[in-house]
Amino acid sequence: MIEKKTNISAMTVLILGLATIALPLYLTVVIAFKQPSEMTNSISGILSLPKTWSLNNFKEAMEITDFWHSLRNSLLITGLSVVLSITVHSLMGYALGRNKAKSKFYSFVYLFIVSGMFVPFAILMMPLAKQTAELGLANWFGVIILYVVFYMPMNVLLYSGYLVNIPMALEEAAKVDGTSTWRTYWKIIFPIMKPMHATVAVLTALAVWNDVMTPLVIMAGSGENTLPLAQLNFQSQFGTNYNLAFASYLLSLIPILIFYVICQKQILNGVVNGAVK
Amino acid sequence: MKNERKRTFLLITIPILALFICFNTIPLIRGVIYSFTNFKGFGSYDWVGLRNYADLFTDARVGRSYWFTFKLAVVTTIVVNVLSLLLALALNSHIRAKSFFRGAYFLPNILGSLVVAYIFNYFFTYILPALADMIGIEALRTSILSNPATAWIGVMVVCAWQAIAMNTIIYISGLQTVPEDVYEAGGLDGATGWKQFKYLTFPLIIPFFSINMVLCIKNFLMVFDQIMALTKGGPAQSTESISYLIYNNGMSGGQFGFQSANAVVFFIVIVIVSVAQMKFSSKKEEQL
Repeated sequence: MIEKKTNISAMTVLILGLATIALPLYLTVVIAFKQPSEMTNSISGILSLPKTWSLNNFKEAMEITDFWHSLRNSLLITGLSVVLSITVHSLMGYALGRNKAKSKFYSFVYLFIVSGMFVPFAILMMPLAKQTAELGLANWFGVIILYVVFYMPMNVLLYSGYLVNIPMALEEAAKVDGTSTWRTYWKIIFPIMKPMHATVAVLTALAVWNDVMTPLVIMAGSGENTLPLAQLNFQSQFGTNYNLAFASYLLSLIPILIFYVICQKQILNGVVNGAVK
Repeated sequence: MKNERKRTFLLITIPILALFICFNTIPLIRGVIYSFTNFKGFGSYDWVGLRNYADLFTDARVGRSYWFTFKLAVVTTIVVNVLSLLLALALNSHIRAKSFFRGAYFLPNILGSLVVAYIFNYFFTYILPALADMIGIEALRTSILSNPATAWIGVMVVCAWQAIAMNTIIYISGLQTVPEDVYEAGGLDGATGWKQFKYLTFPLIIPFFSINMVLCIKNFLMVFDQIMALTKGGPAQSTESISYLIYNNGMSGGQFGFQSANAVVFFIVIVIVSVAQMKFSSKKEEQL
């Protein structure tokens, strides 16, 4: 193959485009470190680097938003939602995927669940706020249950689609040995679906971590916050102190940025798999 | 043996299906029921039949929110798809630091849209006017978010900034499915540049184009976080998205019943749009 030259025009477009991504992030960092007295209305005043790199804004922002508490809630909700989604949705994907071709009941259940993708949160929001309150689930636990339900259509679709590639022969061999269906699933099928678990984990984690609406509607009265909810709830308390507000924004972005730097490849693969399937 | 397998499948399916019905189907039905009442969200209520639906179609505020949401969804979808196709073509060509660029361009997608919108709120309120002042562009000297005629553009920019990341990555995976020899063969027939894109590249990545259209329209029709952080529906209710209106007036504005009717209509609209898109794109793919 002939070695091709670097495409100069493409490079130019990409570098210019990169500026539009970098600028908001740069702004966030410099404003988060500045003092209110350093903020002037001129462009140079806004874009210049802070005089000192003091962490005081972050300390104060952490206190106002109860950062560690919100972070703990966000981690707990995201972690449990991911684990439960992988367990519950892969089981459901297995049961439906293996039976929907030959059973009317299973193919109906499959369509019933997958068509849940069309239901916008807006229509469920008000009844769910009532229902979770009635059931004593207007808290982080209720939010997790709802995530397991909301992402079920998408994830069941992904799992049962993936199952088509796993030959029945594997299960039949185990059946001959007298292993139960339940054990066969955990011993053979579940490990084979590992690439799909990664996709589901990434999609679910990103969606849950950044979601505002569900915790806003369900947990609002519980006095607990997730990271995005904390930003929303404490917005009024920052007043015009943008430096504190930006310190708080930056703090809430750091965990996902770290996650992205570490698992960039898995995230990109997961997102593409999820969308293209 | 066979019975054991059947029983296990039923024991898996029934509880999970029950969970789904409990937190998806039942609230959906309850939403439909509330839409026939004058429920305020508390206290007692009466049946009002179809009055909420009749009111819905004459309510100016609801009409405005549909107009705004659809305008936003259509314009943003076009902007996002044009720009992300362009970026994907650039990212897929022979460039240096390819994986760095791909990683960087996907970054906006993983950030929480609420916080992103807060950051852009500051940008539109303070930085853009200061910049306009310096260069002397009169029209941008006040925040675009404070003008009912331009606020939607601010929302559009923020939505696009994040969505481009996602669509670009999908277009790249589409472009990677186009074999190199297609271009070589096309090159012999004189297909280069725009012609090559129009006759070779684009037809081959149409499935990915459909995915992006479906993703875009659906996400933008449900826009909420960005509105919450940028405009809260203002100024003069010019940027109230349907979801925001349902949340705002339904949850705390005493319009539980009325907004339930709005949500039912919104649900039907989403279903129609999704089904129409799927029909349309599967037809397009068949033609190839």
